[in-house]
Amino acid sequence: MTHMSYKFEIENLNAWFGSKHVLNNISIKIREKAVTAVIGPSGCGKTTLIRCLNRMHEIVPNARVSGKVLFNGIDIYNEDADPVQIRRKMGMVFQKPNPFPMMSIYDNVAAGLKLNGIRDKKRLDEVVERSLKMAILWDEVKDDMDKSGASLSGGQQQRLCIARALAVEPEVMLMDEPCSALDPIATAKIETLIRMLAEDYTVVIVTHNMQQAARVSDFTAFLYLGELIEYGSTKDLFENPKNELTEKYITGQFG
Amino acid sequence: MENNYTRAKEPRNQGQTTMKNPQKLSIFVYNLNVRIRKVPKKFSKGDNLFKLLTAVAASSIFIILGLTVYELIIGSRLSIQRFGIEFLVGTKWDPAISQVFGALPLILGTLVTSAIALLIGVPISLGIGLALSEFSPKRFGFAVSFLVELLAAIPSVIYGLWGIFTLIPFLRNNVYLPLQAMFGFISLFSGPIYGGGVLTAGIVLAIMIIPTVSAVSRDAFSAVPNTQREAMISLGATKWETAKIVISYARTGVIGAIILGLGRAVGETMAVTMVIGNKFQLLPASLFDAWYTMAAIIANEFTEATYDLYVNALIEVGLVLFFIALIINILARLIVWRSLRLVRGIARE
Amino acid sequence: MAHYTVRKIVDRSMRILAYFALIAALIPLFSILGEVILKGASSINIDFLTQPSPTVGEAGGGVANAIQGTLITVGLASLIGVPLGLVSGIFLSEYSEAKISSPIRFFNDVLSGFPSIVVGIFSYALIVRAIGFSVTAAAFALAIIMTPIVTRTTEEAMKLVPATVREAAIALGVPLWRTIVSVVLSGAKKGIATGILLALARIAGESAPVLVTMGYWRWWFAGLNQPAANLTLNIYIFAISPFENWQALAWGSALVLVMFILGINIIVRAATREKYK
Repeated sequence: MTHMSYKFEIENLNAWFGSKHVLNNISIKIREKAVTAVIGPSGCGKTTLIRCLNRMHEIVPNARVSGKVLFNGIDIYNEDADPVQIRRKMGMVFQKPNPFPMMSIYDNVAAGLKLNGIRDKKRLDEVVERSLKMAILWDEVKDDMDKSGASLSGGQQQRLCIARALAVEPEVMLMDEPCSALDPIATAKIETLIRMLAEDYTVVIVTHNMQQAARVSDFTAFLYLGELIEYGSTKDLFENPKNELTEKYITGQFG
Repeated sequence: MENNYTRAKEPRNQGQTTMKNPQKLSIFVYNLNVRIRKVPKKFSKGDNLFKLLTAVAASSIFIILGLTVYELIIGSRLSIQRFGIEFLVGTKWDPAISQVFGALPLILGTLVTSAIALLIGVPISLGIGLALSEFSPKRFGFAVSFLVELLAAIPSVIYGLWGIFTLIPFLRNNVYLPLQAMFGFISLFSGPIYGGGVLTAGIVLAIMIIPTVSAVSRDAFSAVPNTQREAMISLGATKWETAKIVISYARTGVIGAIILGLGRAVGETMAVTMVIGNKFQLLPASLFDAWYTMAAIIANEFTEATYDLYVNALIEVGLVLFFIALIINILARLIVWRSLRLVRGIARE
Repeated sequence: MAHYTVRKIVDRSMRILAYFALIAALIPLFSILGEVILKGASSINIDFLTQPSPTVGEAGGGVANAIQGTLITVGLASLIGVPLGLVSGIFLSEYSEAKISSPIRFFNDVLSGFPSIVVGIFSYALIVRAIGFSVTAAAFALAIIMTPIVTRTTEEAMKLVPATVREAAIALGVPLWRTIVSVVLSGAKKGIATGILLALARIAGESAPVLVTMGYWRWWFAGLNQPAANLTLNIYIFAISPFENWQALAWGSALVLVMFILGINIIVRAATREKYK
């Protein structure tokens, strides 16, 4: 927390789905090696926000973005920027676990590495093991690495997806409501995992669960109807919200 | 968890449902009236009769297929009696003098031309499937897929007509002669070139199966859930790398599409007989040599078959074709049906 | 970074190849249509549309008898194929959970992909053996080919009619069977009509079954127990003949046939696209 550098500097970010204006002039600076939560009621644009960070928003037809997102100081929406290389630097975990069912657990984790041309078996084994350990899944699957990625339970699948994302050694982990499809026990495991990740990675997590945000994050941004209402350290936002809307939301008066 | 299906099994609950969803209510009431046999008496007579009549009509398919097998067998009995199993491996077809008939060259011809059709047509079809489902925007896909489907609407005999007067001269001059010039030392490319023959038939068949194989593949690709693509994209994959995952996920459907294409190729008659040269021989001398297929010989010789054994032999060829096509088509449909359910099933998890 | 460049090159190459595949499929389409239009158009004149087929060595001639024959054969086939397909489709749509429905649907699909010449042989065995090569035999074969198509399109069209429609009629006390016949059927009539049109287009182009049940006929319609002239057979016989005027007639016949079939296909696509608006 004493290290004051920013991984992302978002400036006047606007996003549209067709003519629907989903994000309105968002400007935030996301801290490095910390967990930043993005909260807000359904439809407030929080998912869109993190998808703008790894240029996933624009792959949907009729989706549009304007503004700047400085990642390590460079605007990823620059004309010369290559979205493929940008996405490589960020790992993403989705709401519903999406392992590749036609691949084994091993191959799922190795998928990103193979894309990058790493074929050396020893190196692959190393990285796969390390990633699965980081994702707190190694002990559960190490004897069954050949089983299909889809044969695991929901919570395990999500940790597999996290391992898969970690394997390519991204700088950032973007998590879009990673626990919403999981039971409380699986959720707890992943929350522990997230706190551990924060030591080495910048984590941005979208969640509709305020208690989760309070448990897991260092900073929180509150979005409502595409606008950034408040942003600050988690402690401050939850204990002393500056905005009335924020207070209403965190006390459960709407959303 | 409450849903329509659990409700439909509890007929006692007539009408006493919560009006949360009027659609479901009407399906529920409808199910009551149709599925459950305990229907109020005033509905039963007309409805049961109706159900029976329509069922009989729909079941005619079984009668047609059964009767077809029956007639084919009866119609070829002379030939079956005379040649037995030798028919399938016989290599002589002499209606004029010795009146001996054997179908092996025809079976080979059918399979080889179909194999060529697959070799050429499947990669093209997959390319089209990918181009339309993974690499282009939706609207482009609609317009273009309509054009590709038009290929399927063109009658076989017109493919034959075009084959004779347009394709054959083109292939002879621009493809075959150069091919022979370069690779003539390989026996496949040796021999006299008149333009038609095995390779030409394979090429025409390839064009004819493209609409089917590409459309079914495209359906299979579309059924792949977007979450799979997003997972690849977020790892930093290119469009092609993402497409490879899509194909892998949909591979059962793709296999089904290929087998469906094979089914079509095996049964094609007019286009083949108009370009293949209709020469009965166990093996062609080269890709440019003429040959024969099961369907082509029937089309060519049926109306000229002057005596019973001849007709029977041709019908027996039809019988063999029937079974080959039946097996291929059943296999294909099974795979395609299962693949669609499999893909949707995984997607639901 | 060199590896990444390779990936980008591979990506671009594969995408270009995919589009080449698309072009590879569209070239024959345009070639066929182009040739049919170009070569066929020059044959079309008054004679063409009013004269019957020429005999060997005779100059000129037309396809009037073939058009007549095709219309009669297709019409006859529809007399069986349409009602049978319609009723079958009604069954599959309204009683689709009946145990027998899945096998029926499955075999209908299988029959759709079948070699049509085998259907022709079947009709030969059943009908030609009884009354000789005839329009009836050809129409019978075409009816068998037509029925699964009409069945499937009818089923799909009727399934699109929302359940609320049925439910409302039943609530008014209309018997189920009458509900289906009057209410649902009329709701589905557009889909059913387009299905029938597509089936007609398909069988108008069938030649193999017609060949083995009728053979070539160069006169006018002469009765149901006689063969009749047919556009597709004309194309076949004239195309493989050595006479130039016959070959020209083949192209002309092809043009007439293609216009009919494509015309139907385009109308159907236009009609069904409106549904999505």
